[in-house]
Amino acid sequence: MAKTLIQLTVNGEPHEVAVNPRDLLIHTLRETLGLTGAHIGCDTSHCGACTIDIDGQSSKSCTMFAVQANGSNITTIEGMAGADGTLHVLQEAFREMHGLQCGFCTPGMIMRAHRLLEENPTPTEEEIRIGISGNLCRCTGYQNIVKAIQHASETLTSNVEA
Amino acid sequence: MIPGDFEFKQPASKDEALSMLRDGGDDARPLLGGQSLIPMMKLRMASPDILVDLRGLDDLRHISIGKSIHIGAAVTQHELIGSEELFNVCPIIRETALVIADPQIRYSGTIGGNVANGDPGNDMPALMQCLDATYILESSEGIREVKARDFYEAAYFTALQTGEIVTGIRFPKPESGHGYSYQKLKRKVGDYATAAAAVVLSLSGDNVKSASVALTNLADTPLFVEKAEDILVGSQLTLNTIRATMDAAEAIMEPVSDGRGSREYRTKMGGIMVKRAIEQAAMRADGTAKGGLFGWLKR
Ligand SMILES: Cc1cc2nc3c(=O)[nH]c(=O)nc-3n(C[C@H](O)[C@H](O)[C@H](O)COP(=O)(O)OP(=O)(O)OC[C@H]3O[C@@H](n4cnc5c(N)ncnc54)[C@H](O)[C@@H]3O)c2cc1C
Repeated sequence: MAKTLIQLTVNGEPHEVAVNPRDLLIHTLRETLGLTGAHIGCDTSHCGACTIDIDGQSSKSCTMFAVQANGSNITTIEGMAGADGTLHVLQEAFREMHGLQCGFCTPGMIMRAHRLLEENPTPTEEEIRIGISGNLCRCTGYQNIVKAIQHASETLTSNVEA
Repeated sequence: MIPGDFEFKQPASKDEALSMLRDGGDDARPLLGGQSLIPMMKLRMASPDILVDLRGLDDLRHISIGKSIHIGAAVTQHELIGSEELFNVCPIIRETALVIADPQIRYSGTIGGNVANGDPGNDMPALMQCLDATYILESSEGIREVKARDFYEAAYFTALQTGEIVTGIRFPKPESGHGYSYQKLKRKVGDYATAAAAVVLSLSGDNVKSASVALTNLADTPLFVEKAEDILVGSQLTLNTIRATMDAAEAIMEPVSDGRGSREYRTKMGGIMVKRAIEQAAMRADGTAKGGLFGWLKR
């Protein structure tokens, strides 16, 4: 099948990529653009390790064709830290509150938490748990992930007030 | 898991989409959120040669509320949850959308894809039967309407013809003060129902004025429990009338034994879902327990 040229803005940078219609977005990100932060966990849209932000929505990039993302604006975990390497508030909070052990789910967790806090800057614990229910973690038992998101929420809202 | 090769088409209008689907015939499939079709293509349980992407079509994206409620096929589950207007007149839509899959899948998955898919595990079809919805079907030949209660034939077999798509759904606005409940038993977040029931009813004093009950994943199609209306309307909700409704519902269930449980277990759980849904709907019909944990959602 003929390749199609698609335009993507990924972490602020414009890209033009030739893809096959059947290429999944996760493969284009990892193999063509070399952005290996989003992980392939289950490859069946259950685990959420491949979660990215696309046009203001969280999406499992293993269950989306790259052609469907044509023209879109994507943020992956690589786009969260500042240009000088300063960690994003959420990354800092995951470190501070020990929101990870092996780290495999972390890129997806952080991208999902990012969208959750954009939509709802002060979620309750229950809203956090429902908000991250599409992301599986096999190490932490979620306690510290929830605490990390609460911590980031506090930091972000106090930054706004200050 | 990589799907087979296909050609990807992005029509600029509904008419263009319909001609593409007509020309593609059996080799072409419409695509909305892709949250059922892409997994099936990855497993090679589906291998269409042509995908016609309907997501960008503005004609399919509206929610309008009048005497009846109209929802375009491309409205996502996330948008259904976030619509305050819809929540105010028909809160069971939000309640049901919230127990479908998980947040990421709900941003992409649509009501049109969910009702057209034909998987008995999908939650919207039973709700549509409960609300007595009509599906609006369009092809290059024209437009026709089929009731949700008549649409499902067997697993993945529906009234849809080749080249025809669901463009929207329409149902009468439930009367204000109605009670509602969607009760779904599942093993974990993102799982299809072990058993689920949708109930909408209204009360007049202690008597049931109207009642509608439908079931998810308890046969190879969604099930509308026709007898529920006869049993409940004009009666009071008592242990006896609720028991009789459970029995009528269990009598038409034919779940398969699978990882979610044996046929017997799932049937019993189906009965329990009916009971809980009636009880909660009755509580809400009295005007209690309204409101939402999810009021913060913007869209
Ligand atoms: C992990 C996981 C868990 C899930 N859990 C649930 C659950 O608990 N409950 C539930 O209900 N669903 C569940 N789903 C499915 C999800 O809700 C899907 O979004 C939905 O079933 C299909 O909607 P879609 O827009 O993604 O459709 P698509 O995947 O794009 O399409 C589905 C089917 O409908 C056809 N189609 C699409 N649009 C039209 C149209 N307009 N007219 C005619 N045919 C059309 C397609 O050709 C395809 O055959 C789950 C999915 C995943 C991946």
